[in-house]
Amino acid sequence: MTGEEGFLEGREHIPSGCAISGLIDRSGRRFSGDAAIRSISVMHDRSNGLGGGFAGYGIYPEYKDFYAFHLFFYSTDAKKQTEAYLDEYYDVINLSKIPVTRTKAITDEPLIWRYFVAPSPTKLAESQLDEQEFVVRSAIHINSTIKGAYLFSSGKNMGVFKAVGYPEDVGRFYRLDEYEGYCWTAHGRYPTNTPGWWGGSHPFALLDTTVVHNGEISSYDANRRAIEMFGYRCTLSTDTEVITYMLDYLHRRKGLSFKETAQILAAPFWFEIEHMPEKEKKLATYLRTTYSSFLVTGPFSILIGFTGGLMALNDRLKLRSLVSGSKGPMTYFASEEAAIRAVEPDVENLTAPRGGEPVVVRVEGM
Amino acid sequence: MDYQITEFLVERDRERCTVCRQCEKQCANGVHHYDSKLNRMVADETKCVDCMRCTIFCPTHAIRIVKNPQTFRENAGWLSENIQDIYRQAETGGALLSSMGCPKPYPIYWDKILIGASQVTNPSIDPLREPMETKTFLGNKHCPIERDKDGTIVPNSHPLLELSLPILFSGMSYGSISYNAHKALAMAAERLGTFYGTGEGGLHKDFYPYGPHTIVQVASGRFGVEPAYLNAGAAIEIKMGQGAKPGIGGHLPGSKMVGDIARTRMVPEGSDAISPAPHHDIYSIEDLRQLVSILKEATGYTKPVIVKVAAVHNISAIASGIARSGADIITIDGFRGGTGAAPKRIRDNVGIPVELALAAVDKRLRNEGIRDRVSLVVSGSIRSSADVVKAIALGADAVSIATGALIALGCHLCRTCQSGRCNWGIATQRPDLVARLDPEAGAQHLVNLITGWKSEVVEMMGGMGINSIEALRGNRAMLRGIGLTQPELEILGISHAGA
Repeated sequence: MTGEEGFLEGREHIPSGCAISGLIDRSGRRFSGDAAIRSISVMHDRSNGLGGGFAGYGIYPEYKDFYAFHLFFYSTDAKKQTEAYLDEYYDVINLSKIPVTRTKAITDEPLIWRYFVAPSPTKLAESQLDEQEFVVRSAIHINSTIKGAYLFSSGKNMGVFKAVGYPEDVGRFYRLDEYEGYCWTAHGRYPTNTPGWWGGSHPFALLDTTVVHNGEISSYDANRRAIEMFGYRCTLSTDTEVITYMLDYLHRRKGLSFKETAQILAAPFWFEIEHMPEKEKKLATYLRTTYSSFLVTGPFSILIGFTGGLMALNDRLKLRSLVSGSKGPMTYFASEEAAIRAVEPDVENLTAPRGGEPVVVRVEGM
Repeated sequence: MDYQITEFLVERDRERCTVCRQCEKQCANGVHHYDSKLNRMVADETKCVDCMRCTIFCPTHAIRIVKNPQTFRENAGWLSENIQDIYRQAETGGALLSSMGCPKPYPIYWDKILIGASQVTNPSIDPLREPMETKTFLGNKHCPIERDKDGTIVPNSHPLLELSLPILFSGMSYGSISYNAHKALAMAAERLGTFYGTGEGGLHKDFYPYGPHTIVQVASGRFGVEPAYLNAGAAIEIKMGQGAKPGIGGHLPGSKMVGDIARTRMVPEGSDAISPAPHHDIYSIEDLRQLVSILKEATGYTKPVIVKVAAVHNISAIASGIARSGADIITIDGFRGGTGAAPKRIRDNVGIPVELALAAVDKRLRNEGIRDRVSLVVSGSIRSSADVVKAIALGADAVSIATGALIALGCHLCRTCQSGRCNWGIATQRPDLVARLDPEAGAQHLVNLITGWKSEVVEMMGGMGINSIEALRGNRAMLRGIGLTQPELEILGISHAGA
């Protein structure tokens, strides 16, 4: 099935179970993507071969001032149209195919290209937008109007790599052992149909924010209809896409911190709010009432990657597993403890973050 | 000459009837009386409205009210109702009067919508084990993030109404319903942590203590409106229209304008209280904006303002205008909504189903990016907890009920409120009839009803894997249509069952 005919994603809501894993070095030391592959691979049975992916931070130090656009093209025409668009609105500093190693486990690959770009100063000025908003609108434009093109990574000094297949095969396909980053997230997908479309795999990304997600949210359509009011278009009908947009809206556009954002997505229960000290209570009530449409219900555990950090968040009832641990400067998150032990047998401080309680880890000095 | 045939027959089982004359005592319409010559009860069936008071109060269950099997000669074009109406108008020369909601067999979309549930990929949530949240806030939620010098967010919310669950009691005036009915609603609203509306009858001084659970109404007649009244309630409702009679005003006859009712409405005793069809200071949307501002000014910007409109054609554009008028909450009343009295032709032919109006308005406000500036309340045909769930999933913030609440108080939907002879003590001002409704017992019934609905609502939410009502709001993916046409599905914004 090709991307065009198999474009089921976006036509219907696709629930999926999953495995997630995240590794971050708080000292900022960069390490090979191989660790992320080893971690996610032990949770093989939590995926079904219909999607895997990775996000790496700090992987493009030589181009750190440029947006790294990763794109899938399902036709040369899509590529031509996209490149015409990029030529018009951006200065393209470098472009190349993303290097891959073909394996039998990964098939039906589209054209996979990478562009390092900067918004054209004149177009940016004309748009009267800030630079990030300019890039976001470009991403939405390419994905919703250019048939057969899908921009799946658009941040600086970071990149998303994803495909249809088991995550360990996807990691090897993209030769992630050759990249070094200070933070990696990984995802193995267990979708409940066979979309066979690479764009549907995780992580989802907008600018440098990436989301890997395990779960199926019951609030999907309430969240989707709420976020679409603010110019986003949920073209894929997946939970992760809508969470990514809500994060972008609340964090980047409304200027809320990740903790405040988490208090909206996984808001404390009212009975918890009632027992808070007066000041906190007012704030929690304010966030919950003002952004009530962004409350996410149903099971989820998510890892949110951003420049200089990583946030883990569970749904309010903790209906999905998520454990964390650390060792020295390293912090680990995974759906299962085994995935942490696979890369750090002597992990310390193993704990299961409580439902609704965000855990934010930051690289020192970033 | 009266050509009417009686609509109902009174069947009395002579074996059971003990001639206790209870039926005679109960019937304010004067149907039953004792014939001393025959030593038995007889009935004047022309006066019967099938309110079932006698049936229920007969200690030996001797009475049955049945539909008169005598019909006009069968005719698909001229139904007996058409013929009867013509006789009535030929006789009286008047407009036909009716009450309660439209009884015609128009589509009821609630009954053509099915609710979803989780299986396998997503766990359902057990409301007996896990917290389920139904708390709802109504009002303008659009506020820019503001921080103090320490970077802490300043909670700059607009005034909001806090409800323990998304169900309110609609406005029904003191006058159209009795003191005891009003009292029962006020008490129940307080106990349930929700609100009831005054309708356009002012607020009786006795009910001021229920103010924090009262929505005071300002309608075209402005009856009972004064600063103390406006400040007594938790919110102010501007009534622009009513589902049962869109475009029509109201008329409380002078015969009902007695004692406390006249005092509460601030109208001289014995004079008719006429609410004009339009507000004569609102001939367009910019005028509405002024009234909203005036009411906010009069109450120090401490209370949300609700604008209630009837569901009519083009409702989404109307709602968009209201949302931009400074109103905090829009109530849309569907054409099956009840009334104490309405011209029959209006009740049965004007307006649209609230399901379609709600879906269209919610979509329009989202398309315009202003859905967070107003809350949507829908009323006019909410009959059960399933209707509540469907309304919220279609996009309502809350629902408002009136007919259902009156049924809980004992109303048997005989649809003759306009007569003022309500045997159940609800739509009447006759002291002997009003006394039949015990406000305490009535309040308890209302509390029971809503408590029962709430447990059903959370059961359905849990089945969908949703543990908070806001995650259900506008969650149309949880709904499917059954037996609906493509245009209907498109307006409702839902898929067909199976898809």
